Amino acid sequence: MALTRCITALVSVLLSVSVMAAGIELREFDDPVMEERYKDLTASMRCPLCENQAIDDSDAPISADMRERVYRLLQDGQSDIEITNHMVARFGDYILYNPRLENRTYLLWGIPIALIVGGGLMVVLIVRARRNASATALSAEEQARLNELINRERSS
Amino acid sequence: MNRRVLLFLPLLGFIGLAVFFYYGLGQDPSYRDSALMTREFPAFEASTLEDPERQVDESLLTGAITLVNVWGEWCPACKQEMPQLLDLADRGIRMVGINYRDTREKGREFLDEFGNPFEVNIFDPEGDLGFDLGVYGAPETFLVDAQGVIRYHHTGYISPEDVRNTLLPEVEKWR
Repeated sequence: MALTRCITALVSVLLSVSVMAAGIELREFDDPVMEERYKDLTASMRCPLCENQAIDDSDAPISADMRERVYRLLQDGQSDIEITNHMVARFGDYILYNPRLENRTYLLWGIPIALIVGGGLMVVLIVRARRNASATALSAEEQARLNELINRERSS
Repeated sequence: MNRRVLLFLPLLGFIGLAVFFYYGLGQDPSYRDSALMTREFPAFEASTLEDPERQVDESLLTGAITLVNVWGEWCPACKQEMPQLLDLADRGIRMVGINYRDTREKGREFLDEFGNPFEVNIFDPEGDLGFDLGVYGAPETFLVDAQGVIRYHHTGYISPEDVRNTLLPEVEKWR
């Protein structure tokens, strides 16, 4: 019993430490949908300072500012797209983990699709070519040569 | 013969990707242009570090080409680049500071100790103006032309080489 309590205490201490270390503030939401949007938005934006950490997971002061701003804009009733545009206008496309579809990103989004379609097409063509090749009948000349080979095998 | 040539396609694809990735490896991942490049300096309203009564706004940055330097007392690189900023001011370039996430007291101490190249300092204790400028750490420096449009952006420490090789030519270019 004492051991269980001890373990529980230890686990809760460890948990509280990790929460503090992350430096992520607790936020109150009246609306669970808004809370979900807050989580999605902060998970989809990259911290401008730390190169590869989402702002919901970063200790950098600028990430705290950005979370605060996302929270405030959500409370102001702005849509996800408006909030994303607000951030991109200040920090650039860099902060988006998923680049937006626009002229200069068509290639980026298009290449994987093109590869899948192209690869599929290639497989279909190869399979077809093989099937046709095996189905082709032997010419008279080829048949004669085949017979000759088989007969030679038998007589020896 | 034709079919044989096709067998080289994967190799060509590999070479293409290798060149692309090698080029990517040589790039500095922390370098990128400010999102505000060629846009107007954001609207703001703030008091100055020197005088809490004096209010300034974005019209402060029109009329003459200006270097806007974002600094804070807490930022070591800001101290190191002060001699370069004083040198730029000595060359007759208009300098405006943004005292970013600082207290008035500490900001003033900093200027007393390291010199003051700035015509005026915008006081930005909460980092609101910094946020609108897309500042994610100090020091950062923006070149704003006489029409109030951002023309050049420098992230981080300004070395004497940066002054000679990039800042002075950029100032000349947009003057």
